[in-house]
Amino acid sequence: MPLSVILPVVLAAFLASLVEVVEAFTIVLAVGLTRGWRPALGGALLALIVLGVLVAVLGPLLELVPLQVLQFVIGALLILFGLRWLRKAILRAAGLMPLHDEEKAFARERAELSRHPHAAHADRRAAFAAFNAVLLEGLEVVFIVVAVGAGRGMLVYASLGAAAAVLVILVVGLVVHRPLSKIPENMLKFVVGLMLTSFGVFWSGEGLGADWPGGDLSLLGILVLFIVVSVGAVRWLRPLRRGALRVVK
Amino acid sequence: MNWLKAALTEIVQLFVDDGSLASFATVLILIVAGAVKIMDIPPLWGGLALLVGLVAILVESLSRAARLANKSGKRH
Repeated sequence: MPLSVILPVVLAAFLASLVEVVEAFTIVLAVGLTRGWRPALGGALLALIVLGVLVAVLGPLLELVPLQVLQFVIGALLILFGLRWLRKAILRAAGLMPLHDEEKAFARERAELSRHPHAAHADRRAAFAAFNAVLLEGLEVVFIVVAVGAGRGMLVYASLGAAAAVLVILVVGLVVHRPLSKIPENMLKFVVGLMLTSFGVFWSGEGLGADWPGGDLSLLGILVLFIVVSVGAVRWLRPLRRGALRVVK
Repeated sequence: MNWLKAALTEIVQLFVDDGSLASFATVLILIVAGAVKIMDIPPLWGGLALLVGLVAILVESLSRAARLANKSGKRH
């Protein structure tokens, strides 16, 4: 398989997973620093086991689905997923929606966990918070890996992209030992939203039997169109933020 | 079982944020699929219609969000 096909898949899985892993890391770090590392790592590990079982059970089922059907369904889901991220990223870039703040999320989680420091179930609650964060963000990572990888039988490459993201965040997180608020999350979401939406349109078209002109190169054309529209939308919406005191959801 | 409920909600929220955006996109995908499979429209035309339609849906959703933000801004 040519590198021009593999690289976008690895990159999309890596960048999308990076965003999700940062969010999970913030919560696990908050739990670890507030209630100790035992509930934090215990909860996170349990969630990883649940995710592993989920992948082991559902993974082989994908092979039973005919490729064209798989491409169409995954393409449709990617369109919904990608458009959601893209819309949010455009509104945030234009200043019509507040940026996601990891420091704030971290402080909120710590305040929540500190509210009942001596309660009998405090540790269990802390472990559940870590479990919940890793499971929910992990579900998104699993979807992204399956969605960008399964359409062309590139699950291994997509998994490698996601694994690299986990590794990068773990290493950086261990070094800095605080929420990773310096990561330009909205820029990442913008890029990932563009990539996933483009993949979605491309897979859906292939699933319907479309023979895109230029083959895989047309994926680049679709991406360029979405970039032009999205950057244009940010420029169009930016002047409106002055009049918008209350930001949209 | 709260975590299961939260997980299911999270799965739905993976795809649905602005309800209208998700609904319009889903309807467009179904119409294009129907047109290609039932009405025998060439698949490439279907793919192109999907592309143009999604761009229009995204722009409409952004314009609605901007209008909403402006409206609430003027009210304050």
